[in-house]
Amino acid sequence: MQVTINGETRVARQGDSVETLLQSVGLVPQKVAVERNGEIVPRSRYAITMLADGDRLEVVQFVGGG
Amino acid sequence: MSLSKEEIERYARHIMLKEVGGPGQQRLKRATAALVGIGGLGAPAALYLAAAGVGRLILIDDDAIALSNLQRQILFTTASVGESKTGRAAAALVALNPSVAFDQRQTRLGPANAEELLADAEIVLDGSDSFSTRFAVNAACHALGLPLVAGAVGRWDGQLGLFASGLTKAKPLSQRLPCYRCFVSEEPPQVETCAAAGVIGALPGVIGAAMALEAVKHLAGAGQTLAGRLWLFDGLRLESRTLVLPPDPACPVCGDHSAALIPHRKGVCSGPNAP
Repeated sequence: MQVTINGETRVARQGDSVETLLQSVGLVPQKVAVERNGEIVPRSRYAITMLADGDRLEVVQFVGGG
Repeated sequence: MSLSKEEIERYARHIMLKEVGGPGQQRLKRATAALVGIGGLGAPAALYLAAAGVGRLILIDDDAIALSNLQRQILFTTASVGESKTGRAAAALVALNPSVAFDQRQTRLGPANAEELLADAEIVLDGSDSFSTRFAVNAACHALGLPLVAGAVGRWDGQLGLFASGLTKAKPLSQRLPCYRCFVSEEPPQVETCAAAGVIGALPGVIGAAMALEAVKHLAGAGQTLAGRLWLFDGLRLESRTLVLPPDPACPVCGDHSAALIPHRKGVCSGPNAP
């Protein structure tokens, strides 16, 4: 199946989770939030949120300046 | 709390909006808002809240004005470099709207004093410059049952949310709203501050003005606030997106097994009936 992450198409396997995807692209979960189809995925649900064909994911880098 | 003839003239452009009107303007006049950080975000937010006639503003910042602040912190002038931010801000804001009351708290907010500093507020605006301060503000707002408008900037990007977990904590999970920690679950390692990474000057103006807009909407009861959503702003492309932010059931602050559900230590151990 295919998903897009930050606008780039990637092939994902059935059963891949958001956590699997973050690991495969080498992102540090403490520095980012993950948006899936317009909704932030709660951090505690990365491992149980399974990817579906056509999912659009965006990685949101935290900013903290004022 | 009725409006004087002068106030009706001053706020005429608000009062003619059907979502604000006389009742909404009176709610603003009765309200107290606390601002944490009077810098790039806090300065424009404070200007718009004072101009809007929010009755009392609590200004919290321990910093002095530096020359490198002036590229974006438009409340301050070159002559005020070295002076306290809360003092100069209050002086400038009084000149803008003498009917607003200002409480200057020239201190650094942290976990030990956050609830005390914010207890009198009806809404809190966080434009501070560190995640540890943001976490302390969020925990205090959740505990006190206060809505939190949190804005953040870095380089060309801005992020804004209205976190209202404190208003919904007694409700079942399906009806609860998220807190800031449902978005930023732990302190990000090695995240660059504005001092280290830079920030384009007009960006905190955009985000700080939007913080004031959300606070005024909440106080006046107008429209749909960002509660349960996030606004992400990309200044390099001038694009923005609004995302849904669900509460995290495992959130360390507002989740089901969080410390927030344990009675607050102050009430248990140091109150008048302490053992």
